[in-house]
Amino acid sequence: MKVLKLVLVIFTSLLLNNISLAKDPSELINGIVNEASLVLKSSDPVESKIIKLNDIAERSVDISGIGMYALGKHKKTMSEDEKTKYKKLFRSYFLKSFSSRLVDYTDPKINVISQKKINEKYTIVNSILEATSKRPKVKIDWRIYTKNPEKPLIRDLIVEGLSLARTQKEEFNSVIQNNDGDLNALFKVLEEFLIK
Amino acid sequence: MKKLFSILVIVLFGQFQILNAIAGSDGEVEISSKKNNNQLEVKDCFESINRGIFSLNQGLDKVIFKPLAKGYRKLPQPIRSGTSNVISNLGNVVTIPNNILQGQMKDAGMNSLRLMINSTLGIAGIFDVASYYGLEKRDKEDYGQTLGTWGVSEGCYFVLPVLGPTTVRDSIGSLANVLGGDAWYNVTVANDTQYFKESDYYLTRILSGVDFRAKNLESFDSLENTSIDLYASIRSLYLQDRQRKINNLDESTETMNDDDWEEID
Repeated sequence: MKVLKLVLVIFTSLLLNNISLAKDPSELINGIVNEASLVLKSSDPVESKIIKLNDIAERSVDISGIGMYALGKHKKTMSEDEKTKYKKLFRSYFLKSFSSRLVDYTDPKINVISQKKINEKYTIVNSILEATSKRPKVKIDWRIYTKNPEKPLIRDLIVEGLSLARTQKEEFNSVIQNNDGDLNALFKVLEEFLIK
Repeated sequence: MKKLFSILVIVLFGQFQILNAIAGSDGEVEISSKKNNNQLEVKDCFESINRGIFSLNQGLDKVIFKPLAKGYRKLPQPIRSGTSNVISNLGNVVTIPNNILQGQMKDAGMNSLRLMINSTLGIAGIFDVASYYGLEKRDKEDYGQTLGTWGVSEGCYFVLPVLGPTTVRDSIGSLANVLGGDAWYNVTVANDTQYFKESDYYLTRILSGVDFRAKNLESFDSLENTSIDLYASIRSLYLQDRQRKINNLDESTETMNDDDWEEID
């Protein structure tokens, strides 16, 4: 009987421990929204805000995954060297465009309203960017990669039904296709963006 | 000439309304567009010409539409809301027949009620009284969307001077407005009624475009600053937006095809 009790206690504690390790996707979004909001409404200089926003992005976004997705069919023909170069370039490109998009907002109010698990790997978190006197409210959905439940990561933002990852993918594809499939053309454009 | 100008204004601001989202080589670049989770390809016909026209439109936007939108933004909020409400209320005269054509009878009924209430109690649509009574605003529908729900494919994607991004199907849809499909056009331009003037119609179309541009000033700027190929981004956003509207999808989960993501897992 004692053994049974012990087994039950161990099992329950293991279960609870496991539950506490898994992070809820809505919590992830609430967390980063609050964190970003604090950064944006602070009186810090723009450079400091950018550094902090980039730090949030590196912790919560699957930058490498989005980068590979954005390459589409072209990733299959890449050499290892090209892959390494691209990953580095994409990371810098992503962080620069991410922070420059956000830094203009002073205090965006985003409210998480629901979430829907699509499968073991993905959960969609639905949120609303509240209206201001300048623009109406905007529906933003977040595609969260939950393969590792302890470390969910953002893979896409769907703004009013429009996927930013897909737009990125079609943009990159356009650059490559218009240069006869030459990946170096994409690298060059990304480098130019970074020094802009 | 006057007639040509009229059609130009109508289609132009029709396009503005169609693209309410915030987003080459010659011939055939294919862009994916989803329909019932199957990947379809939309051809960008004459891409190099389209890119040239796109640049021209960008220039016009910089010189005409953006400054107009910035000026409009300076008006007091109640004036902007009232203008937006009037435009939205008038839009119902195109949405309702398209609701019916798409078999959305409940939406057609709701939109008809909204139109009646807001046009009377709401003083020509300035106030959205219908929402106050619990008749929530519904999605807009147009003839391009109706053709899409009937299974007509997009045809080529192309960019029109001044008029912006479109497809063969959406252009045909826009033409339906001037061929009797838009009651507001019929009572202002097509028929000589003693109540309305032609200029009323053009004024509402122009205001509609300016209102839309003003609501998206920051989004457009942001897209322009962070894009490495703005033309391709706008094309992608336009096609995604049209597909979502045609499928009448509200939930993102319904618009997604996970196949592309599977490859990177």
